[in-house]
Amino acid sequence: MIEISELVVDRDGTRVLDDVTAVVRKGSVTGLLGPSGSGKTTLLRAIVGVQRITGGSVRVAGLPAGHPELRALIGYQTQAPSVYADLTVAENLRYFASIARCDRRRVAAVLEDVRMSELAGQLVSRLSGGQRARVSLATAMIARPPLLVLDEPTVGLDPLLRRDLWRTFHRLAAEGTTLLVSSHVMDEARRCTDLLLLREGGLLAACTPAELGDDLEDAFCRLVEGVPA
Amino acid sequence: MIATALRVANQLRRDPGTLALLLVVPAVLMTLFRYLFSEFLFTLVGPSMLGVFPFIVMFAVTAVTMLRERTAGTLERLLAMPMRKVDLLLGYALTFGVIATVQSGVLIAWSVFLGLDAPSGLLVLVAVLDGVLGMALGLFVSVFARTEFQVGQMMPAFVLPQLLLSGVFGPREEMADVLRWISDALPMTYAVDASSRLVRDEGLSGEVVRDLVVLGGATLLALVLGAATLRRQTR
Repeated sequence: MIEISELVVDRDGTRVLDDVTAVVRKGSVTGLLGPSGSGKTTLLRAIVGVQRITGGSVRVAGLPAGHPELRALIGYQTQAPSVYADLTVAENLRYFASIARCDRRRVAAVLEDVRMSELAGQLVSRLSGGQRARVSLATAMIARPPLLVLDEPTVGLDPLLRRDLWRTFHRLAAEGTTLLVSSHVMDEARRCTDLLLLREGGLLAACTPAELGDDLEDAFCRLVEGVPA
Repeated sequence: MIATALRVANQLRRDPGTLALLLVVPAVLMTLFRYLFSEFLFTLVGPSMLGVFPFIVMFAVTAVTMLRERTAGTLERLLAMPMRKVDLLLGYALTFGVIATVQSGVLIAWSVFLGLDAPSGLLVLVAVLDGVLGMALGLFVSVFARTEFQVGQMMPAFVLPQLLLSGVFGPREEMADVLRWISDALPMTYAVDASSRLVRDEGLSGEVVRDLVVLGGATLLALVLGAATLRRQTR
Protein backbone atom coordinates (compact mmCIF):
# COMPACT_ATOMS: atom_id res chain seq x y z
CA MET A 1 0.00 0.00 0.00
CA ILE A 2 2.83 2.38 0.96
CA GLU A 3 6.37 2.21 -0.39
CA ILE A 4 8.96 4.51 1.15
CA SER A 5 12.36 4.55 -0.46
CA GLU A 6 15.47 6.36 0.80
CA LEU A 7 13.30 9.15 2.17
CA VAL A 8 15.11 12.25 3.41
CA VAL A 9 13.33 15.24 4.93
CA ASP A 10 15.03 18.44 6.10
CA ARG A 11 13.10 21.03 8.05
CA ASP A 12 14.67 24.42 8.71
CA GLY A 13 18.15 23.04 8.10
CA THR A 14 17.85 20.02 10.40
CA ARG A 15 17.56 16.49 9.08
CA VAL A 16 14.31 15.10 10.47
CA LEU A 17 14.21 11.87 8.44
CA ASP A 18 17.39 10.27 7.18
CA ASP A 19 17.31 7.58 4.50
CA VAL A 20 14.12 5.79 5.55
CA THR A 21 13.10 2.78 3.46
CA ALA A 22 10.00 0.85 4.47
CA VAL A 23 6.86 -0.83 3.22
CA VAL A 24 3.35 -0.88 4.68
CA ARG A 25 1.34 -3.93 3.64
CA LYS A 26 -2.20 -3.61 2.34
CA GLY A 27 -4.72 -4.64 5.00
CA SER A 28 -2.17 -4.44 7.83
CA VAL A 29 -2.43 -2.53 11.08
CA THR A 30 1.06 -1.10 11.08
CA GLY A 31 2.32 0.63 14.20
CA LEU A 32 4.82 3.44 13.78
CA LEU A 33 6.60 3.51 17.12
CA GLY A 34 9.31 5.69 18.46
CA PRO A 35 10.03 8.22 21.16
CA SER A 36 8.80 11.78 20.95
CA GLY A 37 10.90 13.70 18.40
CA SER A 38 11.90 10.63 16.39
CA GLY A 39 10.23 11.90 13.21
CA LYS A 40 6.95 9.96 13.36
CA THR A 41 4.71 12.91 12.52
CA THR A 42 7.00 14.05 9.70
CA LEU A 43 6.96 10.57 8.18
CA LEU A 44 3.15 10.42 8.37
CA ARG A 45 2.90 13.90 6.83
CA ALA A 46 5.19 12.82 3.99
CA ILE A 47 2.91 9.84 3.31
CA VAL A 48 -0.21 12.00 3.37
CA GLY A 49 1.55 14.38 0.99
CA VAL A 50 1.47 17.57 3.04
CA GLN A 51 5.19 17.47 3.85
CA ARG A 52 7.70 18.65 1.26
CA ILE A 53 10.42 16.03 0.99
CA THR A 54 14.13 16.59 0.35
CA GLY A 55 15.05 13.29 -1.26
CA GLY A 56 13.92 9.75 -1.97
CA SER A 57 10.36 8.81 -2.77
CA VAL A 58 7.04 7.96 -1.13
CA ARG A 59 4.44 6.07 -3.13
CA VAL A 60 0.91 5.32 -1.99
CA ALA A 61 -1.25 2.86 -3.97
CA GLY A 62 1.29 3.17 -6.79
CA LEU A 63 1.03 6.97 -6.98
CA PRO A 64 3.56 9.52 -5.69
CA ALA A 65 2.50 10.94 -2.29
CA GLY A 66 0.59 14.18 -2.70
CA HIS A 67 -1.00 13.11 -5.99
CA PRO A 68 -4.48 14.70 -6.26
CA GLU A 69 -6.14 11.30 -6.69
CA LEU A 70 -4.76 10.20 -3.31
CA ARG A 71 -6.68 12.91 -1.45
CA ALA A 72 -9.83 10.79 -1.70
CA LEU A 73 -8.01 7.60 -0.66
CA ILE A 74 -6.34 8.71 2.57
CA GLY A 75 -7.98 9.56 5.89
CA TYR A 76 -5.56 11.55 8.03
CA GLN A 77 -5.87 12.29 11.72
CA THR A 78 -3.42 14.96 12.83
CA GLN A 79 -1.88 14.84 16.27
CA ALA A 80 -3.69 17.97 17.49
CA PRO A 81 -7.46 17.55 16.94
CA SER A 82 -8.17 19.54 13.78
CA VAL A 83 -11.90 20.14 14.03
CA TYR A 84 -13.97 23.29 14.45
CA ALA A 85 -14.35 24.08 18.15
CA ASP A 86 -17.34 26.36 17.52
CA LEU A 87 -19.42 23.68 15.77
CA THR A 88 -21.10 20.64 17.25
CA VAL A 89 -19.69 17.15 16.80
CA ALA A 90 -22.33 16.27 14.19
CA GLU A 91 -21.93 19.58 12.34
CA ASN A 92 -18.19 18.97 12.03
CA LEU A 93 -18.73 15.50 10.63
CA ARG A 94 -21.48 16.56 8.24
CA TYR A 95 -19.23 19.31 6.87
CA PHE A 96 -16.25 17.01 6.35
CA ALA A 97 -18.58 14.38 4.87
CA SER A 98 -19.67 16.83 2.19
CA ILE A 99 -16.06 17.84 1.51
CA ALA A 100 -15.14 14.16 1.16
CA ARG A 101 -18.25 13.77 -1.04
CA CYS A 102 -19.61 10.86 0.95
CA ASP A 103 -23.08 10.00 2.22
CA ARG A 104 -24.14 11.99 5.28
CA ARG A 105 -25.64 8.84 6.73
CA ARG A 106 -22.05 7.78 7.42
CA VAL A 107 -21.97 10.32 10.25
CA ALA A 108 -24.01 8.14 12.63
CA ALA A 109 -21.96 5.02 11.87
CA VAL A 110 -18.61 6.70 12.35
CA LEU A 111 -19.73 8.36 15.60
CA GLU A 112 -20.65 4.91 16.90
CA ASP A 113 -17.19 3.63 15.89
CA VAL A 114 -15.50 6.18 18.16
CA ARG A 115 -18.21 5.90 20.88
CA MET A 116 -19.31 9.50 20.51
CA SER A 117 -22.97 9.07 19.45
CA GLU A 118 -24.33 10.49 22.70
CA LEU A 119 -22.30 13.67 22.32
CA ALA A 120 -23.28 14.34 18.69
CA GLY A 121 -25.10 17.56 19.60
CA GLN A 122 -22.33 18.94 21.83
CA LEU A 123 -20.14 21.86 20.83
CA VAL A 124 -16.57 20.63 20.34
CA SER A 125 -15.30 23.47 22.56
CA ARG A 126 -17.13 21.84 25.51
CA LEU A 127 -15.44 18.44 25.01
CA SER A 128 -12.41 17.04 26.78
CA GLY A 129 -9.12 16.56 24.95
CA GLY A 130 -9.70 12.83 24.47
CA GLN A 131 -13.22 13.42 23.16
CA ARG A 132 -11.94 16.01 20.68
CA ALA A 133 -9.32 13.54 19.50
CA ARG A 134 -12.09 11.02 18.84
CA VAL A 135 -14.08 13.56 16.81
CA SER A 136 -10.93 14.19 14.81
CA LEU A 137 -10.50 10.43 14.34
CA ALA A 138 -14.12 10.07 13.22
CA THR A 139 -13.48 12.81 10.66
CA ALA A 140 -10.56 10.86 9.23
CA MET A 141 -12.74 7.73 8.95
CA ILE A 142 -15.84 9.41 7.53
CA ALA A 143 -15.34 8.52 3.88
CA ARG A 144 -14.21 4.90 4.54
CA PRO A 145 -10.85 5.59 2.89
CA PRO A 146 -8.76 2.53 1.98
CA LEU A 147 -5.81 4.02 3.91
CA LEU A 148 -6.05 5.52 7.40
CA VAL A 149 -3.05 7.47 8.68
CA LEU A 150 -3.52 8.14 12.38
CA ASP A 151 -1.11 10.24 14.44
CA GLU A 152 -1.28 9.10 18.08
CA PRO A 153 -5.04 8.41 18.05
CA THR A 154 -5.16 6.75 21.47
CA VAL A 155 -3.20 9.27 23.55
CA GLY A 156 -4.96 10.24 26.78
CA LEU A 157 -7.83 7.78 26.41
CA ASP A 158 -8.97 5.46 29.16
CA PRO A 159 -7.94 1.80 28.73
CA LEU A 160 -11.44 0.61 27.91
CA LEU A 161 -11.82 3.13 25.13
CA ARG A 162 -8.36 2.32 23.84
CA ARG A 163 -9.25 -1.34 23.63
CA ASP A 164 -12.48 -0.48 21.77
CA LEU A 165 -10.63 1.71 19.28
CA TRP A 166 -8.07 -0.97 18.55
CA ARG A 167 -10.93 -3.43 17.98
CA THR A 168 -12.41 -0.98 15.51
CA PHE A 169 -9.03 -0.66 13.77
CA HIS A 170 -8.80 -4.43 13.37
CA ARG A 171 -12.37 -4.68 12.15
CA LEU A 172 -11.58 -2.06 9.50
CA ALA A 173 -8.41 -3.94 8.55
CA ALA A 174 -10.42 -7.14 8.18
CA GLU A 175 -12.69 -5.25 5.81
CA GLY A 176 -9.66 -4.32 3.70
CA THR A 177 -8.57 -0.97 5.14
CA THR A 178 -4.86 -0.38 5.68
CA LEU A 179 -4.01 1.41 8.92
CA LEU A 180 -0.82 3.19 9.84
CA VAL A 181 -0.96 4.22 13.49
CA SER A 182 1.74 6.11 15.35
CA SER A 183 2.37 5.92 19.07
CA HIS A 184 5.12 6.70 21.53
CA VAL A 185 3.80 4.10 23.99
CA MET A 186 5.64 0.85 23.42
CA ASP A 187 2.91 -1.44 24.75
CA GLU A 188 0.63 -0.37 21.91
CA ALA A 189 2.96 -2.37 19.67
CA ARG A 190 1.22 -5.54 20.88
CA ARG A 191 -1.96 -4.52 19.14
CA CYS A 192 -0.39 -4.11 15.68
CA THR A 193 0.20 -6.70 12.99
CA ASP A 194 3.36 -5.00 11.71
CA LEU A 195 5.79 -2.56 13.31
CA LEU A 196 8.06 0.22 12.14
CA LEU A 197 10.43 1.43 14.83
CA LEU A 198 11.77 4.92 14.39
CA ARG A 199 14.52 6.67 16.32
CA GLU A 200 16.27 9.98 15.65
CA GLY A 201 14.95 10.13 12.11
CA GLY A 202 16.15 6.68 11.10
CA LEU A 203 14.32 3.38 10.75
CA LEU A 204 15.51 1.12 13.55
CA ALA A 205 13.59 -1.99 12.55
CA ALA A 206 10.63 -3.26 10.56
CA CYS A 207 9.24 -6.36 12.21
CA THR A 208 6.25 -8.02 13.86
CA PRO A 209 5.46 -7.69 17.58
CA ALA A 210 6.27 -11.39 18.04
CA GLU A 211 9.80 -10.89 16.73
CA LEU A 212 10.46 -8.34 19.46
CA GLY A 213 9.73 -10.76 22.27
CA ASP A 214 7.93 -10.16 25.55
CA ASP A 215 9.72 -7.08 26.84
CA LEU A 216 9.18 -4.42 24.18
CA GLU A 217 10.99 -1.65 26.05
CA ASP A 218 13.97 -3.91 26.46
CA ALA A 219 13.83 -5.02 22.82
CA PHE A 220 13.84 -1.37 21.73
CA CYS A 221 16.93 -0.63 23.84
CA ARG A 222 18.75 -3.69 22.49
CA LEU A 223 17.99 -2.58 18.94
CA VAL A 224 19.34 0.92 19.65
CA GLU A 225 22.50 -0.46 21.24
CA GLY A 226 22.95 -3.09 18.56
CA VAL A 227 22.93 -5.93 21.08
CA PRO A 228 21.58 -9.21 19.67
CA ALA A 229 18.61 -10.72 21.49
CA MET B 1 -18.50 25.80 -1.91
CA ILE B 2 -22.06 25.88 -0.53
CA ALA B 3 -21.05 23.47 2.25
CA THR B 4 -18.21 25.78 3.26
CA ALA B 5 -20.44 28.85 3.10
CA LEU B 6 -23.00 27.19 5.36
CA ARG B 7 -20.32 26.01 7.75
CA VAL B 8 -18.85 29.52 8.09
CA ALA B 9 -22.36 30.94 8.57
CA ASN B 10 -22.99 28.33 11.27
CA GLN B 11 -19.78 29.32 13.07
CA LEU B 12 -20.75 33.00 12.96
CA ARG B 13 -24.21 32.21 14.29
CA ARG B 14 -22.54 30.68 17.35
CA ASP B 15 -20.61 33.89 17.84
CA PRO B 16 -23.18 36.65 18.44
CA GLY B 17 -20.45 39.03 19.60
CA THR B 18 -18.79 39.01 16.20
CA LEU B 19 -22.12 39.37 14.40
CA ALA B 20 -22.95 42.39 16.55
CA LEU B 21 -19.52 43.81 15.80
CA LEU B 22 -20.17 43.37 12.09
CA LEU B 23 -23.63 44.92 12.01
CA VAL B 24 -23.64 47.53 14.76
CA VAL B 25 -20.14 49.00 14.93
CA PRO B 26 -20.22 50.79 11.55
CA ALA B 27 -23.55 52.42 12.47
CA VAL B 28 -22.22 53.51 15.86
CA LEU B 29 -19.12 55.00 14.26
CA MET B 30 -21.30 56.83 11.77
CA THR B 31 -23.32 58.27 14.66
CA LEU B 32 -20.09 59.57 16.21
CA PHE B 33 -19.27 61.28 12.95
CA ARG B 34 -22.69 62.84 12.80
CA TYR B 35 -22.41 64.50 16.21
CA LEU B 36 -18.72 65.30 15.93
CA PHE B 37 -19.32 67.51 12.92
CA SER B 38 -21.91 70.10 11.98
CA GLU B 39 -24.74 68.79 9.87
CA PHE B 40 -23.19 70.42 6.82
CA LEU B 41 -19.76 68.86 7.35
CA PHE B 42 -21.42 65.49 8.00
CA THR B 43 -23.09 65.52 4.59
CA LEU B 44 -19.61 66.10 3.12
CA VAL B 45 -17.60 63.56 5.13
CA GLY B 46 -20.33 61.02 5.98
CA PRO B 47 -20.57 59.46 2.54
CA SER B 48 -16.81 58.87 2.43
CA MET B 49 -17.21 56.84 5.59
CA LEU B 50 -19.52 54.47 3.68
CA GLY B 51 -16.37 53.49 1.81
CA VAL B 52 -14.30 53.03 4.95
CA PHE B 53 -16.25 51.24 7.68
CA PRO B 54 -17.34 48.10 5.78
CA PHE B 55 -13.74 47.62 4.65
CA ILE B 56 -12.26 47.85 8.14
CA VAL B 57 -14.78 45.61 9.86
CA MET B 58 -14.78 42.89 7.20
CA PHE B 59 -10.98 42.96 7.04
CA ALA B 60 -10.61 42.28 10.75
CA VAL B 61 -13.24 39.56 11.03
CA THR B 62 -12.10 37.66 7.95
CA ALA B 63 -8.41 37.78 8.84
CA VAL B 64 -9.10 36.34 12.28
CA THR B 65 -11.48 33.64 11.00
CA MET B 66 -8.98 32.46 8.40
CA LEU B 67 -6.12 32.58 10.88
CA ARG B 68 -8.09 30.28 13.19
CA GLU B 69 -8.53 27.88 10.30
CA ARG B 70 -4.76 27.83 9.84
CA THR B 71 -3.76 27.48 13.49
CA ALA B 72 -6.40 24.86 14.34
CA GLY B 73 -5.06 22.57 11.60
CA THR B 74 -8.43 22.40 9.86
CA LEU B 75 -6.97 24.15 6.81
CA GLU B 76 -4.31 21.47 6.47
CA ARG B 77 -6.98 18.79 6.85
CA LEU B 78 -9.17 20.39 4.18
CA LEU B 79 -6.25 20.73 1.77
CA ALA B 80 -5.38 17.06 2.28
CA MET B 81 -8.97 16.19 1.31
CA PRO B 82 -10.56 16.29 -2.13
CA MET B 83 -11.36 20.01 -1.89
CA ARG B 84 -10.63 22.66 -4.48
CA LYS B 85 -8.97 25.80 -3.10
CA VAL B 86 -11.32 28.01 -5.07
CA ASP B 87 -14.31 26.32 -3.41
CA LEU B 88 -12.91 27.17 0.00
CA LEU B 89 -12.28 30.83 -0.87
CA LEU B 90 -15.62 31.23 -2.65
CA GLY B 91 -17.38 29.60 0.31
CA TYR B 92 -15.88 32.24 2.56
CA ALA B 93 -16.58 34.98 0.02
CA LEU B 94 -20.24 33.94 -0.27
CA THR B 95 -21.05 34.05 3.44
CA PHE B 96 -19.05 37.17 4.17
CA GLY B 97 -20.43 38.77 1.01
CA VAL B 98 -23.97 38.27 2.28
CA ILE B 99 -22.94 39.73 5.63
CA ALA B 100 -21.26 42.69 3.91
CA THR B 101 -24.54 43.33 2.07
CA VAL B 102 -26.66 43.25 5.23
CA GLN B 103 -24.08 45.39 7.02
CA SER B 104 -24.10 47.99 4.22
CA GLY B 105 -27.89 48.05 4.19
CA VAL B 106 -28.00 48.71 7.94
CA LEU B 107 -25.29 51.35 7.70
CA ILE B 108 -26.90 53.22 4.82
CA ALA B 109 -30.38 53.11 6.35
CA TRP B 110 -28.96 54.46 9.58
CA SER B 111 -27.00 57.17 7.74
CA VAL B 112 -30.16 58.33 5.99
CA PHE B 113 -31.87 58.45 9.39
CA LEU B 114 -28.99 60.64 10.61
CA GLY B 115 -29.68 63.09 7.81
CA LEU B 116 -27.48 61.89 4.95
CA ASP B 117 -28.93 62.17 1.48
CA ALA B 118 -28.50 58.78 -0.14
CA PRO B 119 -30.24 59.25 -3.43
CA SER B 120 -28.72 56.31 -5.20
CA GLY B 121 -29.15 52.59 -4.60
CA LEU B 122 -25.73 52.33 -6.15
CA LEU B 123 -24.35 53.35 -2.76
CA VAL B 124 -25.23 49.88 -1.49
CA LEU B 125 -23.24 48.38 -4.32
CA VAL B 126 -20.19 50.49 -3.44
CA ALA B 127 -20.43 49.60 0.24
CA VAL B 128 -20.80 45.89 -0.56
CA LEU B 129 -17.85 45.89 -2.95
CA ASP B 130 -15.88 47.74 -0.30
CA GLY B 131 -16.75 45.15 2.33
CA VAL B 132 -15.90 42.28 -0.01
CA LEU B 133 -12.57 43.93 -0.79
CA GLY B 134 -11.84 44.18 2.93
CA MET B 135 -12.72 40.50 3.23
CA ALA B 136 -10.45 39.46 0.36
CA LEU B 137 -7.51 41.44 1.78
CA GLY B 138 -8.22 39.98 5.22
CA LEU B 139 -7.98 36.46 3.77
CA PHE B 140 -4.69 37.39 2.16
CA VAL B 141 -3.00 38.99 5.18
CA SER B 142 -3.98 36.13 7.48
CA VAL B 143 -0.95 34.34 6.00
CA PHE B 144 1.43 36.83 7.55
CA ALA B 145 -0.02 36.59 11.04
CA ARG B 146 0.75 33.79 13.47
CA THR B 147 -1.58 34.95 16.23
CA GLU B 148 -4.79 36.91 16.51
CA PHE B 149 -2.76 39.54 18.33
CA GLN B 150 -0.71 40.08 15.19
CA VAL B 151 -3.87 40.49 13.13
CA GLY B 152 -4.76 43.33 15.46
CA GLN B 153 -1.42 44.91 14.77
CA MET B 154 -1.86 44.58 11.03
CA MET B 155 -4.97 46.70 11.12
CA PRO B 156 -3.05 49.98 11.44
CA ALA B 157 -0.50 48.82 8.86
CA PHE B 158 -3.02 47.88 6.17
CA VAL B 159 -5.91 50.19 6.95
CA LEU B 160 -4.59 53.49 8.31
CA PRO B 161 -2.48 54.51 5.29
CA GLN B 162 -5.43 53.78 3.02
CA LEU B 163 -7.72 55.83 5.24
CA LEU B 164 -5.32 58.79 5.54
CA LEU B 165 -4.66 58.91 1.82
CA SER B 166 -8.18 58.16 0.63
CA GLY B 167 -9.23 61.79 0.51
CA VAL B 168 -11.33 61.73 3.66
CA PHE B 169 -8.96 63.93 5.65
CA GLY B 170 -7.97 66.30 2.88
CA PRO B 171 -8.78 66.65 -0.80
CA ARG B 172 -6.58 64.48 -2.97
CA GLU B 173 -5.98 67.39 -5.32
CA GLU B 174 -4.01 69.16 -2.57
CA MET B 175 -1.76 66.21 -1.72
CA ALA B 176 1.93 66.22 -2.59
CA ASP B 177 2.50 64.36 -5.87
CA VAL B 178 4.10 61.31 -4.26
CA LEU B 179 1.28 60.95 -1.76
CA ARG B 180 -1.30 61.26 -4.50
CA TRP B 181 0.42 58.55 -6.52
CA ILE B 182 0.30 56.26 -3.51
CA SER B 183 -3.31 57.27 -2.97
CA ASP B 184 -4.01 56.32 -6.60
CA ALA B 185 -2.67 52.83 -5.93
CA LEU B 186 -4.75 52.18 -2.80
CA PRO B 187 -8.18 50.64 -3.38
CA MET B 188 -10.00 52.41 -0.55
CA THR B 189 -9.47 55.70 -2.42
CA TYR B 190 -11.88 54.50 -5.08
CA ALA B 191 -14.54 53.42 -2.59
CA VAL B 192 -14.42 56.84 -0.94
CA ASP B 193 -14.46 58.59 -4.33
CA ALA B 194 -17.44 56.57 -5.57
CA SER B 195 -19.57 57.07 -2.49
CA SER B 196 -18.85 60.83 -2.42
CA ARG B 197 -19.82 61.16 -6.06
CA LEU B 198 -22.98 59.13 -5.60
CA VAL B 199 -24.15 61.26 -2.68
CA ARG B 200 -23.51 64.36 -4.81
CA ASP B 201 -26.09 62.74 -7.08
CA GLU B 202 -23.83 62.20 -10.02
CA GLY B 203 -25.56 58.95 -10.93
CA LEU B 204 -23.65 56.31 -12.82
CA SER B 205 -21.03 58.64 -14.27
CA GLY B 206 -17.89 57.46 -16.01
CA GLU B 207 -15.87 58.12 -12.86
CA VAL B 208 -18.19 56.03 -10.72
CA VAL B 209 -18.00 53.16 -13.21
CA ARG B 210 -14.20 53.43 -13.13
CA ASP B 211 -14.26 53.34 -9.32
CA LEU B 212 -16.45 50.23 -9.31
CA VAL B 213 -14.22 48.47 -11.84
CA VAL B 214 -11.11 49.25 -9.80
CA LEU B 215 -12.77 47.96 -6.61
CA GLY B 216 -13.88 44.76 -8.33
CA GLY B 217 -10.43 44.26 -9.84
CA ALA B 218 -8.67 44.81 -6.53
CA THR B 219 -11.01 42.29 -4.88
CA LEU B 220 -10.27 39.67 -7.54
CA LEU B 221 -6.55 40.31 -7.22
CA ALA B 222 -6.69 39.91 -3.44
CA LEU B 223 -8.64 36.64 -3.82
CA VAL B 224 -6.10 35.29 -6.31
CA LEU B 225 -3.26 36.27 -3.96
CA GLY B 226 -5.19 34.59 -1.14
CA ALA B 227 -5.54 31.38 -3.18
CA ALA B 228 -1.80 31.42 -3.90
CA THR B 229 -1.09 31.38 -0.17
CA LEU B 230 -3.07 28.17 0.38
CA ARG B 231 -0.29 25.62 0.09
CA ARG B 232 -1.06 21.93 0.12
CA GLN B 233 2.55 21.13 1.00
CA THR B 234 4.60 22.83 3.67
CA ARG B 235 8.21 22.61 4.73
